[in-house]
Amino acid sequence: MANIIGGITTSHIPAIANAMANGLEETPYWKPFFDGYPPVRDWLNEKKPDVIILFYNDHGLEFFIDKKPTFAIGVADEYHNADEGWGIPTIPPVTGESDLSWHIANSLVEDGFDMTICQEMKVDHGLTVPLNLMWPGYNYGHVKVIPVCINCEQHPMPQPKRTYALGQAIGRAVASFDQDLKVAVFGTGGMSHQLDGERAGIINREFDIDCLDKLVSDPEALTKYSNLDLVEIAGAQGVELNMLIAMRGTLIGEVKELHRNYHAPISNTGSGLMLLEHTMPKK
Amino acid sequence: MTQTVDIPGTIMLDGPMATKGYPLNKMCYSFNNAAARNEFKQDEEAYYEKFKLTEEQRDAMRKRDVIAMLEAGGSIYYLAKFAGLLGLSVQDVGGLQTGMTTEEFKAFLVKQGEI
Amino acid sequence: MAKLLGGIATSHIPAIGVAMDQGLENTPYWKEFFEAYPPVRDWLYTQEPDIAIVFYNDHGLEFFHDRKPTFAMGAAAQYENADEGWGIAEIPPVTGETELSWHIVNHLIEHDFDITVCQEMKVDHGLTVPLTLMWPGHKYGHVKVIPVAINCERHPMPKPSRSYAFGKAIGDAVRSFAGDQKVIVMGTGGLSHQLDGQRAGFINKPFDLYCMDKMVDEPELLTCYSNYELVEKAGAQGVELNMWLAMRGALEGEGKLKELHRSYHLPISNTGAGLQLLATDNAR
Repeated sequence: MANIIGGITTSHIPAIANAMANGLEETPYWKPFFDGYPPVRDWLNEKKPDVIILFYNDHGLEFFIDKKPTFAIGVADEYHNADEGWGIPTIPPVTGESDLSWHIANSLVEDGFDMTICQEMKVDHGLTVPLNLMWPGYNYGHVKVIPVCINCEQHPMPQPKRTYALGQAIGRAVASFDQDLKVAVFGTGGMSHQLDGERAGIINREFDIDCLDKLVSDPEALTKYSNLDLVEIAGAQGVELNMLIAMRGTLIGEVKELHRNYHAPISNTGSGLMLLEHTMPKK
Repeated sequence: MTQTVDIPGTIMLDGPMATKGYPLNKMCYSFNNAAARNEFKQDEEAYYEKFKLTEEQRDAMRKRDVIAMLEAGGSIYYLAKFAGLLGLSVQDVGGLQTGMTTEEFKAFLVKQGEI
Repeated sequence: MAKLLGGIATSHIPAIGVAMDQGLENTPYWKEFFEAYPPVRDWLYTQEPDIAIVFYNDHGLEFFHDRKPTFAMGAAAQYENADEGWGIAEIPPVTGETELSWHIVNHLIEHDFDITVCQEMKVDHGLTVPLTLMWPGHKYGHVKVIPVAINCERHPMPKPSRSYAFGKAIGDAVRSFAGDQKVIVMGTGGLSHQLDGQRAGFINKPFDLYCMDKMVDEPELLTCYSNYELVEKAGAQGVELNMWLAMRGALEGEGKLKELHRSYHLPISNTGAGLQLLATDNAR
C-alpha cells in the first residue's frame, strides 16, 4: 500500500525563483528565508519519497477565467512549465505519475468531488518554485509529481472545509493504492498577503503563526473560517491557506512537527515553512 | 472507474486507456478545424508523426480498423470526427465494428424496437 | 423569486439537426419522431419561459482530455457554436444570462459542488439540437440559456446520485434567486445507445421505458445505479441518463409533478429517443 510519510508547507512566490536564479540566497534580505530549508531538504533526501502530491494554485498559465476549474488534478506522465509573461526562468519538465493519479481521480469522483482531470497541463511557479526550493538546481526529475490545483483567484472559491475534505479524500485514496510507494504532500502558497487594492501589503504575522500551530494540532479549527474571513484576516491572497489546509487533510493518521521557519516579509508575504512527519493510521 | 467485470464488446474509456489513447484522441480532436482536416488528407503519415501516434495507433488508422483504434485508447467522441472526415455515418461505423453491412446494422437497430 | 415551470427531457443527437436542416421531418424515417414535439412546443409557447437551464454533454467541441471537467457551467452573455468536424450546420449564437448563472455558481460552490466556471464556452450539438427542436428555424434567441455540461465520455464520470444532487442544488439556487424569471430545465441526450465496440447498436427498450416511468415520481430508483450498471443496461453512451437525472433533480422540491407528455421512438440514429415533459405547479 502507498504510504504518506509527511507533509510540507512552503511559500511558492516567484521572487524566490529569481533569487535562486541570481544566487542571492546569502544576501541579508534572503538569508533568514533560505536558512529554513536545509533541514527539510535533508529529510527529503533521507526519506526519498517516490511521489509528491502538490497542492498549488495556477496563476494564469494553464487556466484562464474562460474555463476555471474549482479543483483540477493532473494525470499525465510529464508536465511542462512555460513563459508566464513576466520573466522568471522556465524550468525543465516535471515528471508525472499517471497510475496513482488516475487511482486518486477515480476515488475522488466516486466520493463526490467534481474534479477537472487533466491529461496535459502546464504547471506554473506555484508548483515549480517549491520543487526547486526542495531540490535546488532543478534536481527534481527523479521524483514523480501529482499536481492538484485549487482555485484561489476568482470567487466563488472552495471553502476551507471543502479543501480539507478534498485533502482527506486524497489521503484515503493514497491509502487504498496497492503499490508500495512513499508519498509526501506539499501545501504551497500563502501565508497572509494582499497584492491588490489600497489594502495591498497587509501581513498578519500573529494569524500566520496561529495557523501553523493549528495545522499541527487542530486543523479542524481552520476549517471554520470562510474565504471571506480569510480575505479579511489574511488579505485577498491569504485564501492560499486553502492549499495548506488541503495538505493537512491528507494526513489522516498521526502527525509530528519536525521543523518550522516563519519569516516575513518575503516579497509581499508572510512565509511559513513547516515539515510534518506522518504515520498512516493502522488498518 | 476500474472495470472489474467485462461487458463483452465494450471497452471502457477509463484512465489507463485515456492515457494510452491521448495522442490519437488529440489528433482526432484537431479535426474540428477544416484546415487540419485538409492537412490530414494531404499527408496522413506526416499528420500521425505531428501528433506522435504510437505504432499501434498508426496501424489502426492505416487499416481504418475502428476496433483497433478503440483498443489503442481511442474515444468514440473524437473517432467520430475522423469518421466524419471520411464521410461515414454512425451507422456505417456501427457496421464496421460489428461485422455487419450498414443496412444489416440499421435492421438490427429497428429489431430492438420490436419488443 | 425565480420560478421553475418544469423540465423537458429530449434526445440531442446530431442527425436530428441534419434532418431539420434538410426538411426531412415528414419522411417515413423521421415522421414519428418529430410528431411528438408539437405538444411540447405549444407548452413552451404558452408558458413563455425567460431562461432555460440545459444539461448536456460536450462531445469534444469545447472540452478535450487535456482538461476535462466533471461538471462545467456557463456564465457568459453569449455562446457560440462552431465546426464539430463532421459537417453538421453551425447554428446562430445562443443568448446567455450572467446574473442567475453567477448566483447558481455561488450556490453550487457553497454547497460543495466543484464546478468549472466558463465565461467563454463553445456549445455543441448536445445543446443546440434541443434548442432547435423546441424552437425550429433557430428561433431561440429570445430565451436565455444557461449551459451545464456533464462528463459522459471518459471514466470516471459523476455517479447518477451525484448528478441528481447536482441538479437539486441548481433547483435550490433558482428558487433562492431574487428575480421573477420563469425558468425551465432541460435534460438532453440518451436514452440507451452504444456507439463503440462490437456491442455498437445496443438499445434496451424495456429499460428506457422503465426510466421514463420512474422519472415522474420515483427518480431515486434510477439514482441508485452506478455508471457501470448504466453501461451494462443502457450501452456505453446510456450514461447520458445522468443529464435526465440532473434535470429531474432540479425539480425535486417542487412537489408533485404533472407529466404532460411522454413519447418514445426507436431507432433514431443509433438511439432510443425519449421525449418527456414534467410540469410544476408554477406552470400555467
